[in-house]
Amino acid sequence: MDLGQINPVLLAASLMVAATPILLAAIGEMVVEKAGVLNLGVEGMMITGAVVGFAVAVNSGSPAAGFVAAALAGAGLALLFGLITQVLKSNQVATGLGLTLFGLGLSSLIGKPYEGIKAPSLGKLDIPLLSDIPVLGPVLFRHDPMVYLSLLIVLGVWAGLKYTRAGLVLRAVGENHTAAHALGYKVIRVRLAAILFGGASAGMGGAYLSLVRVPTWVEGMTAGAGWIALAIVVFASWRAGRILLGAYLFGGVSVLQLNLQAAGVAIPVEYLSMSPYLVTILVLVIISLRGNHGAPGSLGRVFHASS
Amino acid sequence: MNLLKTLAVGAALATGVAGAAVAQDKTKVGFIYVGPIGDGGWTYEHNKARLAVEEHYGDAVETVYQESVPEGADAERAITQMALSGADLIFTTSFGFMDATVAVAEKFPDVKFEHATGYKTADNLAVYSARFYEGRAVQGTIAGHLTESNIVGYIASYPIPEVIRGINSAYIHAKKVNPDIQFKIIWAYTWFDPAKEADAAKALIEQGADVILQHTDSTAPQAAAAEAGNVYTFGQASDMIEYAPMPRVSSIIDDWAPYYIERVGAVIDGTWETADTWDGIGPGMVGIGEISDAVPADVKAEALALKDAIASGEYHPFTGPLNKQDGSVWLAEGETADDGTLLGMDFYVEGIEGEIPN
Repeated sequence: MDLGQINPVLLAASLMVAATPILLAAIGEMVVEKAGVLNLGVEGMMITGAVVGFAVAVNSGSPAAGFVAAALAGAGLALLFGLITQVLKSNQVATGLGLTLFGLGLSSLIGKPYEGIKAPSLGKLDIPLLSDIPVLGPVLFRHDPMVYLSLLIVLGVWAGLKYTRAGLVLRAVGENHTAAHALGYKVIRVRLAAILFGGASAGMGGAYLSLVRVPTWVEGMTAGAGWIALAIVVFASWRAGRILLGAYLFGGVSVLQLNLQAAGVAIPVEYLSMSPYLVTILVLVIISLRGNHGAPGSLGRVFHASS
Repeated sequence: MNLLKTLAVGAALATGVAGAAVAQDKTKVGFIYVGPIGDGGWTYEHNKARLAVEEHYGDAVETVYQESVPEGADAERAITQMALSGADLIFTTSFGFMDATVAVAEKFPDVKFEHATGYKTADNLAVYSARFYEGRAVQGTIAGHLTESNIVGYIASYPIPEVIRGINSAYIHAKKVNPDIQFKIIWAYTWFDPAKEADAAKALIEQGADVILQHTDSTAPQAAAAEAGNVYTFGQASDMIEYAPMPRVSSIIDDWAPYYIERVGAVIDGTWETADTWDGIGPGMVGIGEISDAVPADVKAEALALKDAIASGEYHPFTGPLNKQDGSVWLAEGETADDGTLLGMDFYVEGIEGEIPN
């Protein structure tokens, strides 16, 4: 039992890496839900992004191309979901679950030839001067570009929803689609755009797993990360800042847990593993006690212009 | 030929009376897997053995499988489904399927069941496992020589006897060649979760480990070690040769094919009986993957000599004097462990730090 063996600097740095896939997926899903759509296919879009990103990165030798392809693949799968739920008006929960199953199957089909291959390395950004700052340098300024991109996306979503007209329209569509429609906003189009964004984010989150965090392709490698992303959206009560907090909390606990074990600290693993979920339940209890659960008013409801 | 047979079976089933005799021409063998067949490790090897069965018996056998079956209540549903679909013999290939297999075996007395790594048997339920700890002894010897930090990281799955045996065996033999050795053990509580396995490997490496042993199924720890550089790993369950010569320096390979072929043959002949099989390096159920050039020649020779001694039965990896973690005597000088103790092993040997979680 020697806590001194855990290097807090390395721990904080690996926390950010562990949290990035779920952060990307969760921020995308939040935008989707803010537009009033519940897409339970996050896991399927993530794993499709993971395999497509990996395949393209291996074939082209460029991880950047891999991430772009992963975003497109995620968005492509999301478009399928969008067409079925928005144009054909199917049930969102069932379609989302179907999308997850479809994504898992599709990815193992695409991934067969890529098992056991190593990914080209994305490299670290090593920002000059800043990365030499003691403690803060290694924690904040020596990551791969995707970590920074994910933080920029969170910032962009926060500002976009809060300060731009487009963000306002998106929120209006999510809160009350009938009213938004009466005001002349294109509900379906706004929702499709949000769904595409969510798919692209989830795809990049998946590619981060297969290209940076693991980094290799293994069938079924997301192993439930998509569901955690969905839980984080609820935990965050649909706010971008809290998504960041939630993702780093979930990622942090999972990394901290492993480090504590390696250092021989006798804390039962189960308690640490369940703690983020306990916090999620606690948050849910608190926000429902306050009477305002923060969920968009039209979340999960089918919109038809005639009703 | 195939088409004719299908037609014949179809016609027989349609008439219903003669159906049973004709349909039984083909023995149906089912497999329940805990992970995806592409995991590159445990399930991959079981599936490879399934394909070997198909190839060996050709048209006489039909195999079916279900992958990524969770351990727990859902397993019972999956096994029942397979029994209902007409399987004559069902292999359930994870420790956690034990109680589910027992329950389904009671309900289907005419179907034969084989459960991997468990210990509960019945008239129609056999158990089989491999003495992986023999391979761990070879692994521990190599690890003890290779490490420079004297810290070996161990990614364990669940605290069950099979996993604990592996840790003890690796530790005993690493300690023999390197008295300063220290084991850092992480319980991942999963057989298959690449991201978690990679994180565990990284945590161990960050805390000074330069050899990583794993008892989880995916190749993720290998990838994480390759990324970190200067870290040695061993293939688990499968050869994982794509990571050789570094980080993967050797491996423990599970070879189930001869056993599956023999047992399926017994069902076809009608000579199948319940059994309790536990084979090691000698009969070939446990293989040691090629030791790569990253290992010095004398270490390689020593490891191979140990392997041969175990295979011939000349040496048992658990030979006294050995103490338990609390210092009490387990095996006296020259005494070897009996299978009963090994099968129920729930303690660390002396020198390993930390506690086994409950």
